[in-house]
Amino acid sequence: MSAPLLEVRDLRVGFATEGGLLQAVDGVSFEVRPGEVVAIVGESGSGKSVTAQTIIGLTRSKNARIEGSVTFEGTELLEAPDATLRKLRGDRVAMIFQDPMTSFNPVYRLGKQIAEAIRAHRPEISKGEAGERAIELFESVGIPDPKHRVDCYPHEFSGGMRQRAMIAMALALEPDLLIADEPTTALDVTIQAQIMDLLRELNERRNLATILITHDLGVVAEAADRVLVMYAGRVVEQGTLEQIFYDPQHPYTWGLMGSLSRLDRPRPKRLPQIAGAPPSLLALPEGCSFRPRCPHEFESCTDLPPLEARLTEEPGHCDRCWLSPDEKRQKRQVGGQIGLEAPAP
Amino acid sequence: MTRFIARRLVGMLAVLFAVSVIVFLIFNVVPNSNPAQRLAGKNATPVLVKSIEEEWGFDKSLPEQYVTMMEKIFTGELTSYKPRIPVDEQIFERIPATFSLSIGAAIIWLAFGLLLGYISAVKAGGWLDRLLTGVAIAGVSIPVFLIAPVFLYLFTYKLEIFPNAQYVPFTENPAEWVDHLILPWITLAILSIGFYSRVLRSNMLDVMHEDYVRTARAKGLSERRVMTRHVLRNSLIPIVTLFGLDFGATIAGTAIITEFLYSLDGIGLYAIEAVQKFELPPVMGVTMYGAFFVVLVNALVDIAYAYLDPRVRLGEAAS
Repeated sequence: MSAPLLEVRDLRVGFATEGGLLQAVDGVSFEVRPGEVVAIVGESGSGKSVTAQTIIGLTRSKNARIEGSVTFEGTELLEAPDATLRKLRGDRVAMIFQDPMTSFNPVYRLGKQIAEAIRAHRPEISKGEAGERAIELFESVGIPDPKHRVDCYPHEFSGGMRQRAMIAMALALEPDLLIADEPTTALDVTIQAQIMDLLRELNERRNLATILITHDLGVVAEAADRVLVMYAGRVVEQGTLEQIFYDPQHPYTWGLMGSLSRLDRPRPKRLPQIAGAPPSLLALPEGCSFRPRCPHEFESCTDLPPLEARLTEEPGHCDRCWLSPDEKRQKRQVGGQIGLEAPAP
Repeated sequence: MTRFIARRLVGMLAVLFAVSVIVFLIFNVVPNSNPAQRLAGKNATPVLVKSIEEEWGFDKSLPEQYVTMMEKIFTGELTSYKPRIPVDEQIFERIPATFSLSIGAAIIWLAFGLLLGYISAVKAGGWLDRLLTGVAIAGVSIPVFLIAPVFLYLFTYKLEIFPNAQYVPFTENPAEWVDHLILPWITLAILSIGFYSRVLRSNMLDVMHEDYVRTARAKGLSERRVMTRHVLRNSLIPIVTLFGLDFGATIAGTAIITEFLYSLDGIGLYAIEAVQKFELPPVMGVTMYGAFFVVLVNALVDIAYAYLDPRVRLGEAAS
C-alpha cells in the first residue's frame, strides 16, 4: 500500500460563538492515499464540510480553534503559515463546491476565472497561454464548443455545465488531491450521474485522490473506496465501502441505509426516517451523541464509546457503539424505527 | 443599445413633463401668486395691472400659460419678470461654478469614501475600523451649515490659508480656481465620504460571505487579490447607483447651502433668489435644468451598470 498523501489526525475544530464554543469537528482522523476516493457522509451540520475546509485552511479565523494534525505529503498544514497553504490551494489540493450557481464570480468570464487560478500559481504563464489552457480544460470535462464557451459569463451556463466548469478550474494545475464538497447536491438527478461519471473518470485517469463530501449514499455507493460516517462532529463509523454498506455497525448508519429507497428490497409503505433532529453542537448529550434518537439505547450509552474496531475479522472497520457485534447483527434486522429491512426472501 | 437610448429619451421627456407641471401648478396655487400685481408695483391702477396681465398672458387659462412657458423654455426665449433677463443666459453663466463645485466634491468624496470604506472592511472589527466608524458617523452627522462657518473661521480668518471663497473661473486662473474651491469641495464632500465609506464597508462584508469569494480563496489567490478583484469589485455595483443619484442631485443644485455660505454664484444661489422673488420663469428653468441632469446621470449609471454587471443587459431589460 502506498504512503498516504493526506493524513488527518485527531482534528478538532471549534468556533467561539455567542452561545459558547461550538465544537464543529471533534477528533476526526483519516487518511487518503493517491488515487483513493474517501467519502465523508453525514447530515447538514455533522462537520463534514468544516473538516474538508480546515484541511486547506479555509476555516482559519479569529474565532476558530483548530487542534490536531493535518499532514500533506509529510508537511504539517495546521501550523503552516497562510502563504504555504495558499500555494497549496488550487495547485496541489483543489476544491469544488456544492452550489455551482454561486461559486463563480458573476462578473467575470469563466475562462478568465480559470486563467486567474492558473496565473496565481504560475505567473510565468502568459494570459494568452492561460486562456488556451482554459479551452483545453473545458474540452477535457466535456463542455461542447469550448472555444466560445470560455468567453461566457457564469449566468449563461446551466447548473451542470457550471459544475463541469468548476471541475475544469479545479483541475487546471493538475492537483493530487481533490476535495469535492457536495458536488452533486444542487444538480438534478441525470446531471448528478454525469458529474459523478466525470469525477470517477478523472479519478481513474489521473490517479486523483478525492475526498467526497456528501449526504447522498447513492453517490457514495458509486464512487467511494472508503467511507466515514459523521454525526454531530464525530466519526461514528468508518470502513471500506463494502463494510459500511453490507455490514454497518452503528445504529446511525443503519438509519441512513434504512432511509434509502432501494430497488433490491420490498417497497415499504412509507420510507423510514430517523426520528428526531441532530443535537445542537452547543448542547451535546452526555455520552454517545446519537443516544437521544437511538431506539437501542442502554445504560452504557451515557459513556462516549471510542471509535475502535469491534470486529476481530475486520480491523479497518471501526465504530462508536457499545453494542456487541452479535447484538448489532440481531437488532439491525428487526426493521421498525431504526434498522434495516430484512432482505427479500 | 439604441432601444435603451430611445426608451431613456421617452422616460426623460415624461419626467420633465411631470416635474414642470407640478412646479407650474404649485406656483399658481400659492396665494398672492398673481405676478401682474407685483410687477405693477404698490399703487398700481387696475388698468395697469390689466395691461400687464395681457402683455404677459397671465389672463389666459392655465394650460395655455403652461404651453407658452414651455415653448419659451425650449426656444430659449424665457425671461424673468423683473428685470427682464433671459433665464437660459443666467443658468449658463452659473453652470461653471456649480459644475466645478459638484465634480470636484464628487471626486473627493468618491476617492476618500471608497478608500476609507475598503480599509474599514478589510480591518473589520479592529481598532482602525472602529476609529473610521467614529470618523464616518461624525462626518455624516455634522451639518454643512456648521462645517462651512467653522472652516471659514479657521482657515480663512484665523490661519489665512485659503482665500474667502468667491468663484474664480478655471480659464482665468487655474491655481486660484483650486484655491478658492478647496474649502467648498471638502465641505460638500464630508457628509458623502462618511456615508459612502459606511455603505461600501457593509457591502464588502456581505460579499465576503459569498461562495465565489471562498472559491477565490480555494484557488490560492492572495488575500489582497481576493479583496480587490472579487470582494471590492462586486461591492462597487450598488455604489454606482448611489453615486448616480447623489451626483445628479448635486449638479441639479442641492449644493445650495454650500454655494450660499461660500458665496459661489452657482445654480443654487440663482434658484434661491428666484424663489425669494417669487419668479416663476427662473424657477421653472432651474427645475428643468436639474431634472434634465438627474435623468441624464441616471441613464449613464444604467449604462455603467451593464458594464459592471454582465447579468444586466440593457436591451433585454425592456422585455
